[in-house]
Amino acid sequence: MSHSTQSLAYVRKEMIEQQPAPRSQVGFTRWARENLFSGWFNTLLTLVSLFVIYKMLAATLPWVFGGVWNAESLDQCRTILNERYGDTHYACWAVIRERWNQLLYGFYPESQYWRANLAFVLMLASLAPVLFDKLPRKMLYLTMAFPFLLVWLVWGGTIWGVLSVAVGFVLAGVAFKIVDRFGSMALSAIAAVVVAVVWWLFIGPSVVDGLNSVAPLGHLQEVQSRDLGGFMICVIIGISGIALSLPIGIVLALGRQSDLFIVKTICVGFIEFIRGVPLITLLFTASLLLNYFLPPGTTFDLTLRVIIMVTLFSSAYMAEVIRGGLAALPKGQYEAADALGLDYWKSQRLIIMPQALKISIPGIVNTFIGLFKDTTLVMFIGIYDMLGLSNAIRANAAWNGIYWELFIFIGLVFWICCFAMSRYSQWLERKLRTDHR
Amino acid sequence: MTTLSDPPQDQGFRLSQLIYDTRYRSITIQVIAMIVFMLIAAFLIRNTIINLSALGKDINFSFLSSRAAYDINQQIIPYTSNDPHWRAALVGLLNTLLIAILGCILATVIGVIAGVLRLSKNWLTAKIMTVYVESFRNIPVLLWILAFMAVLSESLPAPRAFRGEDATASMWFWDSVAVTNRGTYVPSPVWGSGSSVVIIAFLLSLLGIWAFGKWSNRHFEETGQHLPNFWIKLGILIVPTVLVYFVMGRPITLSYPELKGFNFSGGLHMRNSMLALWLALSFYTGSFIAEIVRSGILAISKGQTEAAFALGLRPSWTMNLVILPQALRVIIPPLISQYLNLTKNSSLALAVGYMDLRSTLGGTTLNTTGRELECMLLMMLIYLIVSLIISSGMNIYNKSVKLKER
Amino acid sequence: MKKSVFLGALTLAGLAAGTAMAQDSSTLAAVKERGMLKCGVNPGTPGFAAPDASGKFVGFDVDVCRAVAAAVLGDSEAVEYTPLTSAVRFTALASGEVDMLARNTTWTFSRDVDLKNTFVGVNYYDGQGFMVPKDLGVSSAKELGGATVCIETGTTTELNLADYFRVNNMEYEPVPVESFTEAQTQFLAGACDVYTTDASALAASRASFENPEGYVVLPEIISKEPLGPLVRHGDDNWGDIVRWSLNAMIAAEEYGVTSANAAEMANGTDNPEINRLLGVEGELGAMLGLDNAWALNIITQVGNYGESFEKNIGENTPVGLARGLNAQWTEGGLIYSPPFR
Repeated sequence: MSHSTQSLAYVRKEMIEQQPAPRSQVGFTRWARENLFSGWFNTLLTLVSLFVIYKMLAATLPWVFGGVWNAESLDQCRTILNERYGDTHYACWAVIRERWNQLLYGFYPESQYWRANLAFVLMLASLAPVLFDKLPRKMLYLTMAFPFLLVWLVWGGTIWGVLSVAVGFVLAGVAFKIVDRFGSMALSAIAAVVVAVVWWLFIGPSVVDGLNSVAPLGHLQEVQSRDLGGFMICVIIGISGIALSLPIGIVLALGRQSDLFIVKTICVGFIEFIRGVPLITLLFTASLLLNYFLPPGTTFDLTLRVIIMVTLFSSAYMAEVIRGGLAALPKGQYEAADALGLDYWKSQRLIIMPQALKISIPGIVNTFIGLFKDTTLVMFIGIYDMLGLSNAIRANAAWNGIYWELFIFIGLVFWICCFAMSRYSQWLERKLRTDHR
Repeated sequence: MTTLSDPPQDQGFRLSQLIYDTRYRSITIQVIAMIVFMLIAAFLIRNTIINLSALGKDINFSFLSSRAAYDINQQIIPYTSNDPHWRAALVGLLNTLLIAILGCILATVIGVIAGVLRLSKNWLTAKIMTVYVESFRNIPVLLWILAFMAVLSESLPAPRAFRGEDATASMWFWDSVAVTNRGTYVPSPVWGSGSSVVIIAFLLSLLGIWAFGKWSNRHFEETGQHLPNFWIKLGILIVPTVLVYFVMGRPITLSYPELKGFNFSGGLHMRNSMLALWLALSFYTGSFIAEIVRSGILAISKGQTEAAFALGLRPSWTMNLVILPQALRVIIPPLISQYLNLTKNSSLALAVGYMDLRSTLGGTTLNTTGRELECMLLMMLIYLIVSLIISSGMNIYNKSVKLKER
Repeated sequence: MKKSVFLGALTLAGLAAGTAMAQDSSTLAAVKERGMLKCGVNPGTPGFAAPDASGKFVGFDVDVCRAVAAAVLGDSEAVEYTPLTSAVRFTALASGEVDMLARNTTWTFSRDVDLKNTFVGVNYYDGQGFMVPKDLGVSSAKELGGATVCIETGTTTELNLADYFRVNNMEYEPVPVESFTEAQTQFLAGACDVYTTDASALAASRASFENPEGYVVLPEIISKEPLGPLVRHGDDNWGDIVRWSLNAMIAAEEYGVTSANAAEMANGTDNPEINRLLGVEGELGAMLGLDNAWALNIITQVGNYGESFEKNIGENTPVGLARGLNAQWTEGGLIYSPPFR
């Protein structure tokens, strides 16, 4: 056999060296052919896209990078630009350089910026264990302490005030535990509320006054709510709105799912009302009408009123998110809880809610992103958020007539925050999906 | 809650059953909830009455029929400053609805295009669409509205620029469209005598198209023959109307915008406030719709397409009969909630001075009459009704496309 | 059932607390106890009220707040400024959120009577005017038929404008804008032919333009806009304090008392009116329930009316307003303080 093949002249004796693929089939060329020019329509799309990109960059890049960073006023900016280029079609970033701290911190006293920064860092640290379940669970203690730290750091004063509020919560928890041994959930909840309210209204304030005069521990310079502004106020309103709305949202979601007709009607009515009206009408209610609804003579400051309204607003959305989480739980979980003989509250607390809340986190984060963006609306009721401050800056004779620079700065700050959060929620959604399948 | 233990039969009703017996406990809880709710409501109302009387005010809606005394630039129904406040509010409401409807249409178009292009095989286009979606979604809509307004009023020429021999700006499309920084003027139809006949003819031909569609479907079911449906329908749409139009002596003409005095006159004036609001809301909501469309298409498994091909369906039929109906079931509910958001976001009109419901009833009327409570309540009620109408539409649709499980 | 009883009790407690708080209705006592005056101001009108780079409010209206704080508390810096939009200003005052408003508010019948405010005086006599670009070739408001007019919504100017054009049988196209800065941007971009608002604000914005010569303010003033501070109905003593704090600034200018020489004059002069003003003679301060040096505090810490005017909105400032109607009555203006007697 072997010799016959050898005698055949047209059979090749050894393999040909492997040739490199044609140039059009490798590397960038191939990629471009497949992804950019695979047909007349695709080619057209590519050309249109290239044109759009070129136009955009040509219009913005020189403007952005030719800008002036050092100037005292818009006039000075224009003079510098005229000297440099002969026209004024360039950015005047000097306004950001001069006012960036105002845009971020509002009118917060400059010497106290460290408090705002520290509160921000603590916020990230206390959110981390909620958002990433790989982190040590001990960090949740920080999460629980954070609301009090936030109030103390941002508004200042001695530490006793916030401590007393915290003690109220602790007492309520103790009362709950004690009564829980004897009676039902409802009774212990009532006991907890009574104890907390009695502490907050009658005992706490006098204790705080006493401690303040004896040992003014941790006294920080007090800052008024109206000095808060800029990016800071957006974060504060957004975070407190979401955090406070979580418990209300859970109650509303449970109420909406309950078989009790009256409870269900009230919850559905509340949720649909809040979701049916624009946030701005609720904010106007906060600034115009809330004082009418409160006992005569009680006034509290606008920031607090806005936080109350935003909490109500987001609790309706939160309720819907949590309802989605409850609905997504397999029915077997409810049945298993019943089979164990747990009553309604115990099964909710031990079986249903922990799971439902976990799968609701992406939805909660998305609600937060929406709420965070909506905090810009507070400019309409006279709170100096970043957009409100951009107006105030333009009301100053030095910067009259400047806006693109401010818009871009504000947009960039929001974009970074919201993009990061939406990436997180997408990541978590993917992770939860694989968890369950 | 259900209980498995047999209820004790022979004992009479005891008060403790209200708390411990699950049969009665639900009633107890409901009664308590009702009482708490009523107490809170009574508390709020009582405070309001006390506060109002302390200010010497009352709750009175009669201001709605007094003279409004302010002007509104964009009116869908006739309105002058001599009309009462309720009519101003109605003009505002119509403007709100107009921007909501226009916004929903444009946002859907933008969203569908961007969503489909994001899945495009063209890498560059897909990336551009990703940049669009991510940048619009993650920046507050209020900022977008202000930015669009700034672009429109800064970069477009003033009407003055169109004037004279050395005009620096010129109109578009053979002098029929003027784009200025006060708005865009487009030709508008002028309805002459006899134009109603043309409109009736047009409506009749629409009816004809519908009837033909029914007939051709039946025809197809019976015979299996395909008619060139598209061309026939197009013919029914155009031919009779055009014929009637010429028979009636061309009753409908176009009015072109012309520069007169300070401004353009004639034609339809789309104000910049409306354009900025419309574009910003559409692009913002469009970025959300793009994501909805994309995930809707991705949600349909590839096996569906392959199965349809295996059955021998053409690609276009596969899309129409297999993919779209399933994708729409995923897409429509979140889409409608985006429409709801857009409608509510239209209340940001005041940032650019578009005279919507909030700017008329909740703005100038509120400020000039000092009737905050009445104006705000009325405004919330109207928004609530609009929202409920939209969401009940969603529920009806959801029911109709719900998987019929047999 | 316990729950409802408890909540009922809580409600009653709340109501009791509320009424207890409402009984202490004297604004003066409240301000003194707080050690701070709460003053509602405009969120941003150059010269009248605007936050500076450090967040401190400055301006002509702000000086009225400072004067009242100086009179009541002896410290012109003891003021909490609450920026209020035009929509919420009266509600904020009525609900007690602020003690007084100094927010370029026009004194009108309905605001004074129907909305239950007390206007205590006028610190700036204004009127609504029109500004147009010079190359529009318009010299009178009567030629504005068909024009596009930028206007801030929700203010009296909107109503004046509607009436003026209707009475003169002219058409116009209103372009409502949300704020002063927005109006300026639109006007400069040519999105409207005319910008109408109070003449003082017109002058102020014209002065801040890149090219002020390109714009003219038309001669017609179509309305009277007396702007002044106001307080709630029903607390006459507090109204008197705000009224006479403003009058003290005005009178001080008339008598030539300035922040520089007030301390020296407080040692006694031969003009009894000045002596009464500065608390050297008589008990005017005590009659108001204040320290006798109340007016002296105003003048040394804030300055007299003319000083405040020149510092904030006068001809040497970017706003660049002439005194005009707001000159002292002795100079042909309308600024006139009743005698301190």
